[in-house]
Amino acid sequence: MCAPISCVGPYVLRNIYHSTDFEVHRNWLAITHSLPVSRWYHENTSEWTLDYPPLFAWFELGLSHAARHFDPDMLLVENLNYASPSTVLFQRLSVIFTDLLFIYAARECCRCVQDQKGSRDVLNRPSFVLAVLLLWNFGLLIVDHIHFQYNGFLFGFLLLSVAKHLQRQHLQGALLFSVLLNLKHIYLYVAPAYGVYLLRSYCFTQDNKDGSVSWSSFSPLRLLALGGIVASVCALSFGPFIAMGQLPQVLSRLFPFKRGLCHAYWAPNIWALYNTLDKILATLGVRLKLLQEAGLPRASMTGGLVQEFQHSVLPSVTPSITLVCTLLSILPAVASIWFRPRGARGFLRCLLLCALGSFVFGWHVHEKAILIAILPLSILAVENREDAGIFLVLTTTGHYSLFPLLFTPAELPIKVSLMLLFTIYSFTALRKLYSGRGSLLRPLESVYLLGLVGVAFACEVAFPLSPWQQKLPFLPLLATSVYCSLGVCYSFLRLYASLLRPPGKPKQP
Amino acid sequence: MQTWSLVSMCVLLGIVVRWGVSLNSYSGAGKPPMFGDYEAQRHWQEVTYNLPLQEWYSNTTENDLNYWGLDYPPLTAYHSLVCAYVAKTINPEWVDLHKSRGYESPAHKLFMRATVLVADLLIYIPAVVLYCLYLTDGSTKKKVCTVFCFLLYPGLILIDYGHFQYNGVSLGFALWGVLALGLGWDALGSLAFCLALNYKQMELYHALPFFCYLLGKSVKLGLMGRGLFLLVRIASTVLVTFALCWLPFLSDPGDAMQVVRRIFPVARGLFEDKVANAWCSLNILIKIRSILSSDSQIYISFACTLLAVLPSCVRLLMKPTFWQFKLALVRGIQLIILPLFLKDGLLVPYAVTSLAFLFFSIYLLSALEHCSEEELRLGAFHKLLFCLPKLDLFYISVSAMAGLSVVTVALVPPTHLPDLFPVLVSSTAFLHFLGTFIYFNIVQFSEPPSRKSQKKND
Repeated sequence: MCAPISCVGPYVLRNIYHSTDFEVHRNWLAITHSLPVSRWYHENTSEWTLDYPPLFAWFELGLSHAARHFDPDMLLVENLNYASPSTVLFQRLSVIFTDLLFIYAARECCRCVQDQKGSRDVLNRPSFVLAVLLLWNFGLLIVDHIHFQYNGFLFGFLLLSVAKHLQRQHLQGALLFSVLLNLKHIYLYVAPAYGVYLLRSYCFTQDNKDGSVSWSSFSPLRLLALGGIVASVCALSFGPFIAMGQLPQVLSRLFPFKRGLCHAYWAPNIWALYNTLDKILATLGVRLKLLQEAGLPRASMTGGLVQEFQHSVLPSVTPSITLVCTLLSILPAVASIWFRPRGARGFLRCLLLCALGSFVFGWHVHEKAILIAILPLSILAVENREDAGIFLVLTTTGHYSLFPLLFTPAELPIKVSLMLLFTIYSFTALRKLYSGRGSLLRPLESVYLLGLVGVAFACEVAFPLSPWQQKLPFLPLLATSVYCSLGVCYSFLRLYASLLRPPGKPKQP
Repeated sequence: MQTWSLVSMCVLLGIVVRWGVSLNSYSGAGKPPMFGDYEAQRHWQEVTYNLPLQEWYSNTTENDLNYWGLDYPPLTAYHSLVCAYVAKTINPEWVDLHKSRGYESPAHKLFMRATVLVADLLIYIPAVVLYCLYLTDGSTKKKVCTVFCFLLYPGLILIDYGHFQYNGVSLGFALWGVLALGLGWDALGSLAFCLALNYKQMELYHALPFFCYLLGKSVKLGLMGRGLFLLVRIASTVLVTFALCWLPFLSDPGDAMQVVRRIFPVARGLFEDKVANAWCSLNILIKIRSILSSDSQIYISFACTLLAVLPSCVRLLMKPTFWQFKLALVRGIQLIILPLFLKDGLLVPYAVTSLAFLFFSIYLLSALEHCSEEELRLGAFHKLLFCLPKLDLFYISVSAMAGLSVVTVALVPPTHLPDLFPVLVSSTAFLHFLGTFIYFNIVQFSEPPSRKSQKKND
């Protein structure tokens, strides 16, 4: 019943601002429709080159055939920044349509959630709460329907794959994940979780009494099945390009490491804190005459375009360093599900940690990637009290960190109202689910979240009207990044603690 | 779930829908030379800010009344003045005398939409929330549903945030009045209603129920004792409120008369905008326009309106309970007949649908709780219309309206009947009006349910 409303809502908002991603996807529609396959990954008339894996390109090709009936002009590659009303309508409708997959996936996840005993009315059942938290997720709504992307569609695959694993249909889950990987390679972040879990819990059909791996129960057949699925999906996607010898070109488009450590707006991860520390030390150093101002590199980290840059005081960070940090951060989680598998929910926890770890330590992370952690966490939040507390902190912080995506004054009432709507619902619904066992949040966490209100007021209202608006225009973005990264890193640590905690308490399988 | 969280979620959802609608086009966008209601409101800001008060309603060289002259009572003018002050601080070009005519820009649109939202947040939405929480009975869930229906009533949202008007202010004040009367604060209620009246003269349709209720209540308390005291208090509140609102115009009786002439332009005929009322429908059968003169038409329509409302008011006078008062108000709503109908026929079907939405959502909500025909007293109603079973009536009316909406948008009327669709819509609306009119007559004159009369006794 939430589903129809979640389709109507975006339709009401269709005339609102759309970002450059709109042009990106229009360009890809044009490229896939008008050019032969061999040109797809070489085309660079527009700056928004095709940088998703080939399966997404095939998806855009399919969409372009429908687009022809709305406005054929959008399919001309030369029509840069073409945004006629029919184009906008078609693009918005395509997102709404592909969200149907997300709705289906949410339904599957709700079926996996165990309802507690006792007859509660519909509104208080965990599955209903999960449905609302997924379908009306503030972050997804503004990223997909206002900012414009197809994340609902992609998250549909992710959640459906998770649901299949929770339902012990591992081959289907693996298939869905391979498709997802070939649609958007950002999900490589969570591939280790899949790999280790499937290897350990699916390929080894039995465990020893003490929970350790029973080497004799290895099933080569299952491994072959998994390998076959992954290989065939990749072949379907990359096949034509390998045949044409374009694989290096495709890979260079997919992994453009020339971009800087941080996006123009710093995602709230550890590097935002690192950059800020660097800046503070640099400023202090200049003030205390320990450093020469002329010797410092130009402050370009906060520029609008993505560039390479150097840190002034602290050592510079290269892609390899971030890779090593990321791998180190997810190693304990992955090791944990190898040595102490805890079934599908343990896998879900590990997936979350991989997603969060890559977010916190990754190279050129987009703030939208926080949704990869928030959405699966909703499933755990409606079942487990401690996870609900972590969810509230991570979600509120993560959603607030998306505010800078919508920066025009016309969107301010909508983003504030929607954010408040979702936050009030998540707090009250989860509190009701776990009523009678004390507060979900620790005092410090409550103070932190209240501080978010202050930051929001300062950045959206007070700062634009103050005299510093001209001199330091990046200050609100900086403040948002830094404040939110504290919350994100904290949630990361708490999730780790809950995974690595010795199993004294009986956990659900 | 706690009431406050549910209510705040309804309010937030209402805000999102309102702002979402407001991002679309407004009345008269990009249509010189006259533009539309949006330009009218902007023009009033320009006039009230730049000209002295005495000239606001007069035809002078600086103030051309043919170009969106002020035709609402003074409170609207003061509201425009306040908005104009804010506009001046943001961008003086928006209210430059004469030069700002037809001014359109994204920033200005944002400002104007924001003024509507602020007015709603300050006046209409709190009234709705308080009314639904304190003056409706039923479970928390039912109250929250009532808030939800009120706040998402499409008609008001489309008119105020799409077309562009400030109906939320006058309706909000009227609702504050109803709220105060329901809580027994009669003087405050009359104060609020006077403010509503001084904002938009259309609230006169609600004036009779207010008057009859308060008069009846005073009479009931005894004209020689507490009743007289109450009457004096209310009368003085009304007089003082009117005096304060009209104060600047009272120094010169000519000014005051000019304002009255602008507010009640009896020169306009009865048929403007094919407003759905008896006249339009009757005109199909008898060509009234050709039989009677314009003046007689006005007097007859006034007389008939009064006659139509009279029974419910008399009943209210004799039995001044809050329940009867609410019923009489609903009758008043019926008689308003939405002067908010628009010149472009597209929104007409939606306004009609919204009217039905209002009635049926509120009264079917009660049907959901006590699902007996007894309570709805539809028994007598169906004795009249014995051929149609209860629920089908609802579906028939909804499908008729939906069909009309589709037809009005999709098809082109035949050339010898160019006004076919608006007239059909008016007639359908009138039929609905007639139906609900009869229904409420029955409701008002039959015995109220004993449970309700015990609660509502003041």
